[in-house]
Amino acid sequence: MKQEYLKYIRDNVFPTAFCPGCGHGILLNAFVSALGELDYDQDNLVLVSGIGCGGWIASPHMNTDTLHTTHGRAIPFAIGVKLANPKLKVVVISGDGDLTTIGGNHLIHAARRRIPITVICGNNNIYGMTGGQASATTPVGAKTMTTPLGNDYRPFDLVKLVKGAGGEHVYRYTAFHAMQMKKAFKDVLQKDDFSFFDILTGCPVQYGRRNELREPAKMIQWMKDNSVLYSGEYHDDKIMVGKF
Amino acid sequence: MGYKVIIRENWCKGCYICLSVCPKNVFEKAGLLDDRGIIVSKAVRPENCIGCQMCADHCPDLAITVEKEDE
Ligand SMILES: Cc1ncc(C[n+]2csc(CCOP(=O)(O)OP(=O)(O)O)c2C)c(N)n1
Ligand code: SF4
Ligand code: SF4
Repeated sequence: MKQEYLKYIRDNVFPTAFCPGCGHGILLNAFVSALGELDYDQDNLVLVSGIGCGGWIASPHMNTDTLHTTHGRAIPFAIGVKLANPKLKVVVISGDGDLTTIGGNHLIHAARRRIPITVICGNNNIYGMTGGQASATTPVGAKTMTTPLGNDYRPFDLVKLVKGAGGEHVYRYTAFHAMQMKKAFKDVLQKDDFSFFDILTGCPVQYGRRNELREPAKMIQWMKDNSVLYSGEYHDDKIMVGKF
Repeated sequence: MGYKVIIRENWCKGCYICLSVCPKNVFEKAGLLDDRGIIVSKAVRPENCIGCQMCADHCPDLAITVEKEDE
């Protein structure tokens, strides 16, 4: 993080409220760095979030206009902003519980209608803030507060969900892929199309401690070891990363 | 020509991701707790730094800046 990029954050609220090693912070880092490298006009950008730790990525940390909305409803607020002033770049940043579980309906219809907003899901596979309940993206077998013997249900694959609903410009990266994530953020920040990011951030505290990934460095290594760059072939047993 | 590895220590929470991603083993845990009760990360071998930015880009607390040293 270059010193001059700190103008994009509200440094009076730092250090963040996130737990040590929280991957949502790596997403925040990549987004701030993308703005910095583009010398982006922070007065033309509105960041919209819902509720949860993921909802804290943009608000209060980012020094742009931010809307911290109600649980699951970030996308409808964002669409309202975009309709009221189409010149603005509108980016939603929130969690998997918020965007895909409680607010999943808004996500599929924004994708279907290709509303020209960017939606970034800080997907840590769990409801982190409320103590670690299973979400729509919790993997089969994963232990959570509500699935202490392991999750029985298949998770959403967010890339397939959003593409299936009609969305274009769909990406996935993990917190290990900070640099690739930053580059992709730069690409979409310069466009006025619908785009979607499934960013596997990892929650060392609520997810990691129940699934042998409590150490943040171990979580990052696990992401590195289990991901494969997409080049036409999709492997369901791997974390496919790249542009889809 | 080398690099300066600057850590904003009051933002560091001691997650040690920087220790794990640095290819040049620049970081170590501090020897003592700071006054917040955190063992922060220290750049103890900055002369080994190659400026790859892995630490700076992976810091969840935006606490690391790596700059080229003035010649
Ligand atoms: C209408 C409503 N229902 C439930 C809650 C409680 N609640 C707060 S955060 C949260 C989960 C957020 O999960 P996620 O979006 O995955 O974010 P994370 O904390 O994991 O980053 C819930 C259920 C709420 N605030 N409002
Ligand atoms: S509970 Fe999980 S998601 Fe929330 S701040 Fe802590 S590590 Fe991050
Ligand atoms: S820039 Fe690279 S080599 Fe230098 S301290 Fe950071 S991770 Fe290590």
